[in-house]
Amino acid sequence: MLIIEELKVEVGGKEILQDVNLHVPPGETHILFGPNGSGKTTLMMTIMGFSEYSVTRGKIIFKGVDVTYMPVHERARLGIGIMFQRPPTINGLSSRHMVEICAGDRKVDIDKLSDQLQFKGFLERDVNSNLSGGEIKRSELLQLAAQQPDMLLLDEPGSGVDLESIAILGDTINSLLNRGVQKQPSCQKAIIDEKPKSALVITHTGHILDYITADRGQVLYHGQLRCSRNAREILKWIREYGYEECVGCSV
Amino acid sequence: MLSIKDNEITGNKQTGIDLTCYSTEDDGYDYVNDLSCIDEADSEEFARVGLETDDSLRSGTFIQKDNSIVHCQKMTKGVEIKGMASAVKEFPWLEKYMWSLITPEKDEFTRSVNNSLLQGLFIRVEKGVKPEKPLQACFNIAKNGFSQNVHNIIIAEENSEIHIIAGCSTSDHVQSGLHIGLSEFFVKKGATLKYTMIHDWGENICVRPRTAVHVEEGGVFVSNYISLKPVGSLESNPVTILEKNATANFNSVLVAGKDSYMDVGSIVELNGPGARAEIISRAIAAGGTIISRGHIKGNVKGVKGHLECKGLILKDGLLHAIPELSGCTPGVEMSHEAAVGKIDKREIEYLMARGLDENEAVSTIVRGFLNVEIDGLPPELAATIDRAVKETEQDMM
Repeated sequence: MLIIEELKVEVGGKEILQDVNLHVPPGETHILFGPNGSGKTTLMMTIMGFSEYSVTRGKIIFKGVDVTYMPVHERARLGIGIMFQRPPTINGLSSRHMVEICAGDRKVDIDKLSDQLQFKGFLERDVNSNLSGGEIKRSELLQLAAQQPDMLLLDEPGSGVDLESIAILGDTINSLLNRGVQKQPSCQKAIIDEKPKSALVITHTGHILDYITADRGQVLYHGQLRCSRNAREILKWIREYGYEECVGCSV
Repeated sequence: MLSIKDNEITGNKQTGIDLTCYSTEDDGYDYVNDLSCIDEADSEEFARVGLETDDSLRSGTFIQKDNSIVHCQKMTKGVEIKGMASAVKEFPWLEKYMWSLITPEKDEFTRSVNNSLLQGLFIRVEKGVKPEKPLQACFNIAKNGFSQNVHNIIIAEENSEIHIIAGCSTSDHVQSGLHIGLSEFFVKKGATLKYTMIHDWGENICVRPRTAVHVEEGGVFVSNYISLKPVGSLESNPVTILEKNATANFNSVLVAGKDSYMDVGSIVELNGPGARAEIISRAIAAGGTIISRGHIKGNVKGVKGHLECKGLILKDGLLHAIPELSGCTPGVEMSHEAAVGKIDKREIEYLMARGLDENEAVSTIVRGFLNVEIDGLPPELAATIDRAVKETEQDMM
């Protein structure tokens, strides 16, 4: 689904990512760990193509297409969808209208979707205006549910969210990824094979791992991916020994 | 284009308008009995500024073309809508209202109105009358080089409630013209007056409204002002006086296209305890100049005011926001926010990440920016405004 090769990225002239190689196969959910300032958000923003992040070397390949220098909206149309951590407010644009924009030509039952996310009361408000942390997450997921991307980029989906809300978020993410127990497939594998959806998820605390299924974990440290193995195992190591010790094994 | 220096904060930039260059002699137009039979070209122009030709949707209609009243019809009891000349004859008491809020000596424009033949709009809503449907009025300049001088008096008697939609336009062929609209509004105790005005002038049209509003105890005045199309030079700084517990809201949406010049903004005097005012403006400079003002004066204790002045510069132009607050006693609560800038790149990319290309993203943001919530607009008028915003947006890009 997504292949990143030897990626070097600068922000405002400062090198943030040094040499990132990453492969997220179709149908897999990968977790990105890393201390503050290690470049996790930068990696996500670069995959989406935001102008502030300039690629100085390497390639980003999505669904076999080199998207390294592709405009943001073309990447979105190709199937990359991002959950913003601090999305801007757009005055005069209602959340409902925003969800319609995300839906594009797809038929989407906005009221039903927002019911599920307990977001209905906010639909007529300006998008992201005066929302709490948890409300912003639900707003972002509602938009993604309408957008139906094949590759989800989730930046800290569980941070600042209470336990009840995190369960709702988890359910929504699972259904976006065609996964989870609420699906009633004859066979989970068949569904994934039919329409494989992938995700890259940034988490600090790992709480979200109780709600979504992670196929693999990666640790980004000082602008480099240093470790790649079972996500829960990594989390355990980080909790036990800290990042420095954890990535020590790969040096 | 004018530079700021030419008109510095004096509020009375006269841009060298030579009144003798304009004629006040009109050619006379026939009265039209049936609103649906109005000349097609006129009808289209009037519709652009919100005139509804299905008069069953309005409580009354008044149309003045140059100096001729071409249609005037009231549909509801308890409401008067007519030309000033005949109103003064019919209601001698009207004299005491005229020039009671504005002095004829204010400037050359008020003097000019005072010296002209009496023309303009008279509206009175009787005590306690609350017509469900709005009244509508339209002023049109049809003759080249014409100076349309009008004196309007609007009276909402005690506990009445009315929405007035006023549209001003210029016929397509008109190269130059001047509109001096002197208006005095009287909102009596407990009355509510909503006034929505849409302007669609023209590139070389000079417009000098001179407006004053008096809102008595517990009264409500809401003004919505929309000017999206080019205008040569517009200067409008209405003064509103609020008595005890009176409220006023001013919403304005302004777009200054190439070479347009607009100096717009309200002055509000909070004169009674409990008086409240809010001024909200959205201004876009797309090749022209906008001076966006607002001045709230807290003159007594226990008053509140808020001023919000937001501007976007899309193309070259000048956007000068002048929000002013003044208080002369403790116990006034007033605030303002003003912002002038370009569209935030983050907003554009946020929308692009949802699949819109850059142009679509920018126009979505601009449309949102201009989307000031205006309460109680009839749906067809909201649609007209929406259409105008879309058209304007194409011109701006």
